[in-house]
Amino acid sequence: MTDATQSSARPAGNSAFVGYLRTHMREYGILFALIAIMAFFQVATGGILLRPVNVTNLVLQNSYIIIMAVGMLLVIVAGHIDLSVGSVMGFIGALSAVLMVQFGLPFPVAAIVCLLVGAAIGAIQGYWIAYWKIPSFIVTLAGMLVFKGLMMVLLKGQSIGPFPNEFRLIASGFIPDIAAIEGLHLLSLLLGIAAAVVLVYLSLRSRAKEAKHGTPDEPYAFFAGRNVLIAGAVVALVYLLATSRGLPNVLIIMAVLIAGYSFVAKQTTIGRRIYAVGGNQKAAKLSGINSERLTFLVFANMGMLAALAGLVFAARLNMATPKAGETFELDVIAAVFIGGASMAGGVGTIVGAVIGAFIMGVMNNGMSLMGIGIDWQQMIKGLVLLAAVIFDVYNKNKAA
Amino acid sequence: MTSILEMRGITKSFPGVNALENVNLKVEAGEIHALVGENGAGKSTLMKVLSGVYPSGDYEGEILFEGEERHFHSISDSEKCGIVIIHQELALVPLLSIAENIFLGNERASNGVIDWSETYRRTEELLKRVSLKESPRTRVTHLGLGKQQLVEIAKALSKEVKLLILDEPTSSLNETDSQALLKLLVELRSKGISSILISHKLNEISQVADRITVLRDGHTVSTLDCHTQQISEADIVRDMVGRSLKDRFPHGDPKIGEVMFEVRNWTAHHPIHSERKVVDDVSFNVRAGEVVGIAGLMGAGRTELAMSLFGKSYGDRISGEVLLNGQPVDTSSVPRAIANRICYATEDRKTYGLVLDQPIRDNVPLANLNGIANGLVVDNQKEREVAERYRKLMAIKSSGIGQKTVNLSGGNQQKVVLSKWLYAEPEVLILDEPTRGIDVGAKYEIYSIINELAAQGKAIVLISSEMPELLGTCDRIYVMNAGRFVGELPIAEASQEKIMSMILKTGKAA
Repeated sequence: MTDATQSSARPAGNSAFVGYLRTHMREYGILFALIAIMAFFQVATGGILLRPVNVTNLVLQNSYIIIMAVGMLLVIVAGHIDLSVGSVMGFIGALSAVLMVQFGLPFPVAAIVCLLVGAAIGAIQGYWIAYWKIPSFIVTLAGMLVFKGLMMVLLKGQSIGPFPNEFRLIASGFIPDIAAIEGLHLLSLLLGIAAAVVLVYLSLRSRAKEAKHGTPDEPYAFFAGRNVLIAGAVVALVYLLATSRGLPNVLIIMAVLIAGYSFVAKQTTIGRRIYAVGGNQKAAKLSGINSERLTFLVFANMGMLAALAGLVFAARLNMATPKAGETFELDVIAAVFIGGASMAGGVGTIVGAVIGAFIMGVMNNGMSLMGIGIDWQQMIKGLVLLAAVIFDVYNKNKAA
Repeated sequence: MTSILEMRGITKSFPGVNALENVNLKVEAGEIHALVGENGAGKSTLMKVLSGVYPSGDYEGEILFEGEERHFHSISDSEKCGIVIIHQELALVPLLSIAENIFLGNERASNGVIDWSETYRRTEELLKRVSLKESPRTRVTHLGLGKQQLVEIAKALSKEVKLLILDEPTSSLNETDSQALLKLLVELRSKGISSILISHKLNEISQVADRITVLRDGHTVSTLDCHTQQISEADIVRDMVGRSLKDRFPHGDPKIGEVMFEVRNWTAHHPIHSERKVVDDVSFNVRAGEVVGIAGLMGAGRTELAMSLFGKSYGDRISGEVLLNGQPVDTSSVPRAIANRICYATEDRKTYGLVLDQPIRDNVPLANLNGIANGLVVDNQKEREVAERYRKLMAIKSSGIGQKTVNLSGGNQQKVVLSKWLYAEPEVLILDEPTRGIDVGAKYEIYSIINELAAQGKAIVLISSEMPELLGTCDRIYVMNAGRFVGELPIAEASQEKIMSMILKTGKAA
């Protein structure tokens, strides 16, 4: 019996394998692209890229982009765009400096005020977009100019700093250790291993559920490969960080955000509705989905995350500068599109956006390490963005 | 008389259907030739063949224009010969002026620089010929539909038209504008310009047409000469609808209960032209377990009625009352309508029904996401169970619930839309053209589902342009025309002829 099933299952399994690869080309493609780019720069920089200190740097440098990419993914999936995030981020950084440095407000109070102000900014923009049907491109372009101006008003053209020490720690601090082992940050390593175990457990559980219900879409080899790769990457990353100074605080914030928003996007009715609205707003509305309110919420959320990014950025620089956030919106949007989101809406994943942000980050970092000038960096990043989207369109046309 | 156009043995097929089979059409020079037939009889397809929308080689048969065989590959080919088609939906750019629209793509220019004085002068001449008293500089958006129609004709005249094709030109015009348009056609005829008039309004046709060709199911049924014989509207109707009803409909066993769904004095205005009533004082009811049909021609206001009832999804200044089991209910938003178990399955499944990029699994629960969630969190397993259940129940042919709906056939897409609404557990289900564009087998399955729902005691409203479908599935039929309900027929008394004549009688007032 086993013989019979095996021989009959083999060709079917093989074509399922190829078919799956074809339909999920994009998701794996982006992951392979990140690995290839990392491998390339690891060699090209003579091994500097993956040195513990540089890995720590990579995380810190890209944290604010990733935080915003998470919000931007939802905006783009809903079928919109937000050009104002760079300015909002700069404005909130300035506001936090004014509150903490000039008014001497304690850091938690100031941080909460800043997040609320960010959410309010997003909500105001979202109101025009959702209820007045003003194109998001216009509203947020206006927001980009307005909040850039407001930031300059707050800063009066000066940089403000330094920040209180405990505030700086959110961006440049590391989690404390439990036991002192020479050259290894034990708690970090344990946390990382725990995270890897949880990830594997969760995907095993969901696959078991799927299997109970019928055959899973994903061939087993892919499933196993993907999990080994992800768990391995998490442990390797954490090990590298642990041999340096341990896990940065901001990495914990990012991990929580990524996990939380992935869950919201995939597993909640709100997430489902956002994808449906982005995929076909008319059909979603006729299915009883309040697309206006969702759009409003998505922008309010984006504002709040931009505020969080602003806080992290200001804390990292240890001052608020009038240049903060400039052109960051473009990096964020590029990250989301490299990560596989569609301009038309309805398509994209949080994890994809994060990987897209890392691709941009690794390229920035690697090219800087190689001493490539900013001129070439810009051109290369632009071409990578174009290539990623062409790859998308090519795949889509081939599938159709 | 010599014939200006002769179409011989035209056959055009789409995957799975023969839209036209051996159709012949002969138009004499200087005549108004009417082309009539039910929705889907093949009139538009025939005109698309003629105008080159379906290029030569895409169909069989030959086209002779002015005695020469022609092979048109695009609309511009046929326009060069002097054949101009004016579609039901006008092809004017609203924010451009009359003059700019008339010479769009055909600008009066030398070396790419537009000669405005020549443009305006020519436009004034053309407007005089169609008796339209407007400045050439007026933006088209400021004109009423009747005047826009005249601009279209002026545009056709600017291209040295010899054969003018009008597709339902008066369907959205009032009586005065319609008369002005028909008068213009007669005037053009006296100047030697022939026209093909596609229309459902038989009174207008008998007023101006020289000859009439009737199409049915992609065949030429007859060509009637209005000058040599006396033609009654009944003759035309008989030719239009005369086909047999075989076993295309499953047998239902109606158990009809009390009145469940009632609509009183429902009125809705056009969302942009808010003085126009699209639905005008409509009242009707549906009993539990009853399938009630709404018959009418395209543009009668049936979809608009349904969508305005369903959460005010269409229209402006909506008034009227909706009752469910004798109690007034609030259907003023889609979520409220769904909460009151009133659902509407759209006629346009691709635009309004499905999120095409998403799989069956995500589309089925879309109108009732709370049903697959604990609080805010989606229960994946329950979602799969629900999708799988409906996939089996409705026999949706697919590789699995993970298949994207964009890759399903029309009939299976329709079943996904129906699944979505069944999962929302409706008491009243309004189905708008549920079998449009799907094959006979899938139609039969959809009819079976409708019967099954009625047997469960639900109230079904079936909007359809296919009369055999209404006669085969419904227990009672309302007839709608120009925004009003113009008749009600128990199924025992209903026939295609009766429905058609109800529509045509009231067409005069439209």
